[in-house]
Amino acid sequence: MPTNKEQVAEEVTYLDAISQALAAEMERDESVFLMGEDVGQFGGAFKISKGFMERFGARRVVDTPIAENGFTGMAAGAAICGLRPVVEFQFADFISQAFDPIINVMARHHYRTGVPVPVTLRCPFGGRLRAGPTHSQSIESYFAHVPGLKIVAPATVEDAAGLLISSIRDNNPVLFLESKYLYRRLKVPAPLSLEPTPLGVAKVAREGTDVTLVSYSVGVQQGLEAAEVLAREGISVEVIDCRTLVPLDIDTIVKSVKKTSRAVVLHEAARRLGYGAEIASEIGEACFWFLDAPVTRIAALNTPIPTSPPLEDAVLPQTEEVIETLRKVARS
Amino acid sequence: MQTPDEARTRVASFEIFLTRFLDDDGRPLCRLPAAARRPQRLLHAYRLMARIRAFENKAVALQRTGQLGTYASGLGQEAVNAAIGLGLARDDVYLGNYRECGVPLARGVPMAQILQYWGGDERGMAWPRTVPAFHDFPFAVPVASQVPQALGVAYAMQLRHEKRATLVTCGDGASSKGDFAEAVSAAGVWKLPVVFVIINNQWAISLPRSRQCAAVTLAQKGLAGGIVGEQVDGNDLIATCHVIETALARARSGAGPQLVEALTYRLADHTTADDARRYRDAAEVDTARKHDPLARLHAWLEAQCGFTAQDETRLQAEVAAEVGVAVKTFLATPAPPPEALFDALYAELPPALHAQAFAAAGGGEA
Ligand SMILES: Cc1ncc(C[n+]2csc(CCOP(=O)(O)OP(=O)(O)O)c2C)c(N)n1
Ligand SMILES: [Mg+2]
Repeated sequence: MPTNKEQVAEEVTYLDAISQALAAEMERDESVFLMGEDVGQFGGAFKISKGFMERFGARRVVDTPIAENGFTGMAAGAAICGLRPVVEFQFADFISQAFDPIINVMARHHYRTGVPVPVTLRCPFGGRLRAGPTHSQSIESYFAHVPGLKIVAPATVEDAAGLLISSIRDNNPVLFLESKYLYRRLKVPAPLSLEPTPLGVAKVAREGTDVTLVSYSVGVQQGLEAAEVLAREGISVEVIDCRTLVPLDIDTIVKSVKKTSRAVVLHEAARRLGYGAEIASEIGEACFWFLDAPVTRIAALNTPIPTSPPLEDAVLPQTEEVIETLRKVARS
Repeated sequence: MQTPDEARTRVASFEIFLTRFLDDDGRPLCRLPAAARRPQRLLHAYRLMARIRAFENKAVALQRTGQLGTYASGLGQEAVNAAIGLGLARDDVYLGNYRECGVPLARGVPMAQILQYWGGDERGMAWPRTVPAFHDFPFAVPVASQVPQALGVAYAMQLRHEKRATLVTCGDGASSKGDFAEAVSAAGVWKLPVVFVIINNQWAISLPRSRQCAAVTLAQKGLAGGIVGEQVDGNDLIATCHVIETALARARSGAGPQLVEALTYRLADHTTADDARRYRDAAEVDTARKHDPLARLHAWLEAQCGFTAQDETRLQAEVAAEVGVAVKTFLATPAPPPEALFDALYAELPPALHAQAFAAAGGGEA
């Protein structure tokens, strides 16, 4: 029985989901361990690993010195030897400090030797928290170009847990993008199922007939909001949650676009060469004869992310913009 | 016959020195260097430290009342900031990180401008043309990223045969980064005019110094790169001025780089978003408060320079007035307009971005 103090929470946040899934995997498999800056007693910058040190000990909850390149290389070595490291980057923005071990080691080792590299790179990413140009970035496009990596970006509480479990169990290096914005904003009633959600399978988050909105992470939530508003105007939006960017479940997307004949792609990353460019061109190739309107992208401006609230709002896609664009495309 | 162990020969051995002139109560531990005994200079330094402290306190207060973004206070580190600010010549170049607001303050940057940055307006990082800080770099956010950049600055000085020096600071945590080791190693090879200062405030967010690196001192990281490494009591303004000035003079004269580990303490939380009580002992912080850099210099000024309680009151009033004016100016500074998004993105905005910039400025569809 839980004591008064540790009452079973009634709600599970996106953040709790990640924490619970990680703990469950560490419980289930001794080779899983967590490493990163301040992940130990401090519980990590966002408190994902709160209580882990007491539960799993300092050998499996490793406080690293500030040395991203070093500890990411270390994770590669440990994974190659059969452990399953989960690396927490304090902010996704600092993963650029560890480019080389990710690209030239993690994404190459299996190709060279046939030996798997089961690492999960956890990256709190994205904006809307007024954290400025070096604490708000979307990093998926840097890595989507690299063969050998998987990229996962959950949009819901359930997927945050299910996709993390699959990422940890996957035998490849997986970049796991956690929306800082959703961490404490998104909640579902407890308890949460801790079953794996397969990688590479997109989800129809809302069915519709007039226009398809393709997105991932926080964009899916925005898309659902927009769809709700447009439904009242008689516009029926189908929302597709990619869930995994690499591998991309293009079939689910194509099926939807063939049905609606219209597609809008939404993400928070900058527009130029954002992952939407890839999705849009895939749709273009597969659905050309089915389309009634150009595939349209909604993305951030091609600028750094400013700290100033009105400026950050001007840079990142806002729900109103999503609504307007969907309306325009649906009516075109 | 010698044993294999005996047959080994000592090829090198090293020492690390710590410089400290005043004890915690401001009493001299030795005869002070001549420069350190000039009352006017020390009063000037003390005033600067008082300005820095008042600024730190006000910035935290502004954040607490929702008027400033997250702030990383340098409370307790005023002496080393002041010593660096005073030691740098106008033409020298400084690079440092977010916690060292004291250096730009010492180098002429108005308080209001530093508040502007922390208030979320990146334009605050463009130091005014007229102040000594003009050539200094903006606060580094990825820790240690400034350290290799300092090599480039020093290299430019060397190539142009200038008698200038570069000084770069980073934290104890940042000294674990590869960037740091790479920079120290290369600086030694090229004998660049650069002074590396590790501001060892004993903490890197929740990680204490002892868990950052197993070395007894961080100063010895200089030895690994073949350059001088030494420690200074970074809460002893007089000692720190002396060590920094000597290192800068060496660098300017072409004698090469040097590493200084300044021992101090982060009296504040990591940032206003942190609560350090969750990971460090109150007793440790109380002890650290006894080494307060301002109290120490104040005691010396009272004993040696005739500094009185009235002088202190007057100084505090002047500093409070400066901070008050700065806050007013800051709060009255208009937020950056949407046009500012593209203003500084490129040296010249490529025409391909004109449509986006026009739309962002409210001009209609991109
Ligand atoms: C490359 C990089 N990794 C992680 C961070 C997140 N972070 C911000 S401050 C900090 C601790 C820095 O400690 P230290 O270098 O001792 O400087 P201090 O904050 O004590 O002044 C960390 C890990 C960062 N800013 N940059
Ligand atoms: Mg520190």
